[in-house]
Amino acid sequence: MERKLMKGNEALAEAAIRAGCKCFFGYPITPQTEISAYLAKNFAKAGGLFLQAESEIAAINMVLGASSTGTRVMTSSSSPGISLKSEGISYIAGSDLPAVIINVQRGGPGLGGIQPSQADYWQATKALGHGDFQLLVYAPASVQEMVDMVVKAFDKADEYRMPAMILADGFLGQMMEPIEFPEIKAEQVEKPWAANGHGGKRAHNIINSLYLKPEQLEKNVFERYERYEKIKATEADAEMYLTEDAEITLVAYGATARVVKSAVNMAREQGIKAGLVRPKTLWPFPVKQINEAAKSAEKFLVVEMSMGQMIDDVKLAINCSKPVEFMGRTGGMIMKPVEVLEEIKKIGGKK
Amino acid sequence: MAVVFERPKALLDVSTHYCPGCTHGIIHRILCEVIDEMGIEGDSIGVCPVGCSVMAYDYFACDMIEAPHGRAPAVATGVKRSNPDKFVFTYQGDGDLAAIGTAETVHAATRGENIVVIFVNNGTYGMTGGQMAPTTLPGQVTQTTPYGRDPKIQGYPVRVCEMLSTLDGTALAQRVAVDSVPHIKEAKKAIRKAFENQKDKKGFSIIEVLSTCPTNWGLSPIEAIERLRNEVIPYYPLGVYKDKEGENND
Repeated sequence: MERKLMKGNEALAEAAIRAGCKCFFGYPITPQTEISAYLAKNFAKAGGLFLQAESEIAAINMVLGASSTGTRVMTSSSSPGISLKSEGISYIAGSDLPAVIINVQRGGPGLGGIQPSQADYWQATKALGHGDFQLLVYAPASVQEMVDMVVKAFDKADEYRMPAMILADGFLGQMMEPIEFPEIKAEQVEKPWAANGHGGKRAHNIINSLYLKPEQLEKNVFERYERYEKIKATEADAEMYLTEDAEITLVAYGATARVVKSAVNMAREQGIKAGLVRPKTLWPFPVKQINEAAKSAEKFLVVEMSMGQMIDDVKLAINCSKPVEFMGRTGGMIMKPVEVLEEIKKIGGKK
Repeated sequence: MAVVFERPKALLDVSTHYCPGCTHGIIHRILCEVIDEMGIEGDSIGVCPVGCSVMAYDYFACDMIEAPHGRAPAVATGVKRSNPDKFVFTYQGDGDLAAIGTAETVHAATRGENIVVIFVNNGTYGMTGGQMAPTTLPGQVTQTTPYGRDPKIQGYPVRVCEMLSTLDGTALAQRVAVDSVPHIKEAKKAIRKAFENQKDKKGFSIIEVLSTCPTNWGLSPIEAIERLRNEVIPYYPLGVYKDKEGENND
């Protein structure tokens, strides 16, 4: 294994190259620009193509085009840019195309700010574009996971023929950590559906999301949702930290989970039985893992860098069977471990 | 009996949804004749727009992709960049190419994307029932300009070939029409040249085809051809606006 000290955004870009990504189409936006810069410098040498598009809209449609031919392809952006990509993402999902989309989140709404945020949770997991569809959403909490999850996202996107998103944030994108690049054996999936020239060997392939007959459109959506059920059953993932005997279980993902983990450790030192469920996949949401934690938990505390978006999924996961409290900072503000500890104590004190 | 005239193989034997008298059929045919003559059907990938030709993927025998509205040149960029040895073309209308997709069109051209763009200009949004297009002529009555297009309110039409001819990445920008046999022959020759350009890696080639829309113009097919000849061609003169011969950007 090769050990390196790398910035989150650059590690992610390097991982994409190693995962067999062949094309990257992007548009500059803070705080993810290092991904483009790294690929502009290194991708061609590795046989890949980096192209700066005229807009996020063009970039995502270039992704649609390359993916249609069966090519492994990625794009990245940050919150306002992801909103612009949402049209294309809906078409990609509606055309059953794989693609990897990175969102290094920043504060919103509107132009918002450029500091870390988790306020795009709803967008990523509920409504990234019009119509009935989902994306696979991975939530890394370290630079190492930026690497591991990009590789996984490519494989799963190909396997399920759907877009996959890495929902990171400016914190993870900008921080440096030592990482290991595992021996990556990217799974090369056969793509008999690809529109890459029939060569006189088969009937023409059509990549399309238009179905004017409602019966046909409904059938397609039903088929897609059957796949989603399989994904929900097999792909949901979470880290369980000290949850077995926890009375107060915190739920946090991404950079926030690192802060929360420190707070949980501080609470344990003070004799408070706190634990953490850290979703690694946000869609599918780790419902089973949350319920596992609910066996001992008397209360849940959801911590997010937003006004509270994931909290609804936690409540739904346990059918509101336990009190679920919320603590959050937003606009680019990051909570401190002591602030989370105070909240744990406050909630614990309500018993 | 000897067959002296038949359907091009690249054009599938299916009925189309186009209105009677619409010139999409002619343009589909000459495009497919070129694909047949060059023997490139198996190596071609077409990109459809949103608009009247939205379902053209069911008519062309090569591999096809349906793009979001206006994004066909960006989709084609992704196809061509990942498959530089394949022939890639878009087939777009005026609303798609010259309004919502202006940025994608201009930037594909200025990057010199080695693709062919077939641009069908009939001066209206046909599929949605005849609203004003970016190419609608001054004075022309449409559903959204019921008193005629007034440049003081709705501005002026876009002349696409003229605009794209200023860009270094454009290899060929030519305007043709399909109102007469000589013009149809010329249009086919232009499309052939665009595909030859792609073969020779010369860059972006756009063939603008002045077309009719009898349904939304409220005219009979013959009257529509006459209007094309008497009103449309004078506003959008036919000809070659840019022809970058002899260069190789490989």
